[in-house]
Amino acid sequence: MNPGAPDLRELYQEVIFDHNRKPRNYRPMADANRHADGHNPLCGDQLTVYLHIEDEIVRDVSFVGQGCAISTASASLMTEAVKGKPVAEVEALFQDFHTLLTSTAPERDFGKLAALSGVREFPARVKCATLAWHTLHNAIIGAQDPARTE
Amino acid sequence: MSETVTTAPRRKIDAELPALDLASDFPILARPVNGRRLAYLDNGATTQKPDAVIDAESRFYRESNANIHRGVHWLSQHATELYDDARVTVQQFINAAHAEEIVFTRGTTESINLVAQSWGRAELRAGDEILITAMEHHSNIVPWQLLCQQTGAILKVAPVNDAGELDLEAFDALLNDNTQLVAISHVSNALGSINPVAALCARARAAGAVVLVDGAQAVAHQAVDVQALDCDFYAFSGHKLYGPTGIGVLYGRRSVLKSMPPWQGGGDMIVTVAFDRSTYADVPQRFEAGTPNIAGAIGLAAAIDYLSEIGMARIAAHENALLDYATAAVGAIGGVKLIGTAQHKASILSFLVDGIHPHDLGTILDTEGVAIRAGHHCAMPLMTRLGIPGTARASLALYNTRADIDALVAAIHKAQDIFGVRA
Repeated sequence: MNPGAPDLRELYQEVIFDHNRKPRNYRPMADANRHADGHNPLCGDQLTVYLHIEDEIVRDVSFVGQGCAISTASASLMTEAVKGKPVAEVEALFQDFHTLLTSTAPERDFGKLAALSGVREFPARVKCATLAWHTLHNAIIGAQDPARTE
Repeated sequence: MSETVTTAPRRKIDAELPALDLASDFPILARPVNGRRLAYLDNGATTQKPDAVIDAESRFYRESNANIHRGVHWLSQHATELYDDARVTVQQFINAAHAEEIVFTRGTTESINLVAQSWGRAELRAGDEILITAMEHHSNIVPWQLLCQQTGAILKVAPVNDAGELDLEAFDALLNDNTQLVAISHVSNALGSINPVAALCARARAAGAVVLVDGAQAVAHQAVDVQALDCDFYAFSGHKLYGPTGIGVLYGRRSVLKSMPPWQGGGDMIVTVAFDRSTYADVPQRFEAGTPNIAGAIGLAAAIDYLSEIGMARIAAHENALLDYATAAVGAIGGVKLIGTAQHKASILSFLVDGIHPHDLGTILDTEGVAIRAGHHCAMPLMTRLGIPGTARASLALYNTRADIDALVAAIHKAQDIFGVRA
């Protein structure tokens, strides 16, 4: 590794490669009751997030789309992190996750999501890691316009 | 169709002349990035500036700054002379017949919008057609879409083939009596394809259409002669030509420019102003409302002087030899697919690496000091046509050398190692 540059190993951790190669919950959802599109026009990343919400709980979540390793892995890790959680908790997690990527890490156990904290040293890539989350948020609130991180 | 007369011959001069070695003229190239020697290969986005340009802008503010065309005092007359001289420098650079055919703008985008909103709104009627190509930059698409919405004109698009070359038969078939304007890029910013603009201009003009050429990606890489091209408009930016940002050029054939109404109103573009009626200045002042980017024009002239001293033919030969070297070196990497393989190309190498998204590639290359662009390159319809979300793009300039290409190749290998996809 180049000692003069931000550490690529922090950005491209094995869990990122794993979820990029084999994204979890990568499928359209026939019985989704919420969905939203996300698009990063600058780099062309786009995805659709599907939700099945019952009693204010995320019973099922999935996504389809295309993007870089960071955005694909982030979407995959997100689906694992939010499935089964109350909607309010998901929204709070999004806020904390965003803070994790952009400033000081909040006190909380991020589980596998912590693998994305290396993005902090690569500001140009924060939008890749948050596209799926912005799209999830839009699906939850029923926003009509596609989520954008540019 | 024959190639334009302005395109330098390829693969000939390499053996006769040593490669250019001009990096020391560009102070920014001496600064390390991420602890590495900078291999700046994002020249299609903007070029770096030689000392000659930086010093010319600085010298203007230190020694010559005043507003132009209005002062009785010495400094104002001096600044006016420098600004007018810059116009002549641009005129000679592109071999325009008259200095007043050179309008200073903010850049290519503003030049094209000026034509759309002045010439276009005055001349186009519902049902008239504007013909562009599928390889245009957004700045040569969206101004025409806006014009179509305003006038009821119709936008037609000539397709490209899989190699990224304009489909000339389809272009001919789309050209008809309703075609009032043809707007084409000289060199594709995403793929580097060189369009045969002289021949396209001849066909368009024979069909009675006015022709605008987007030269943003051409002027830094080959000699351009607007009279030989016989185009009506030629647009380019200073900052892609080793000049400052915020200054650009619209060349307009004098007879066409003179027929056009003002676009923006204000000072400098009028002869007399009264509340019931104002009269407008002659060209080019008619299109330069307000205080222009005086220092930018002088910086641009300094860039042109710098290039002229080297010679555009020499620059084209250097870059073409380097593009051949880069095409062979990058193309030989297992898992790399070159995007855009036109027979006539300039300065741009677009590619994809199996298993690595261009954005990830761009990040990894950056940590090795290699600056490239990743994405759709403001040519989303072209990416859609090619069925890809974007590419990685290395774009060359006169100061690049084989060392920059070698750094690019090594960094691609490193990215493949990190992603575990090295062939």
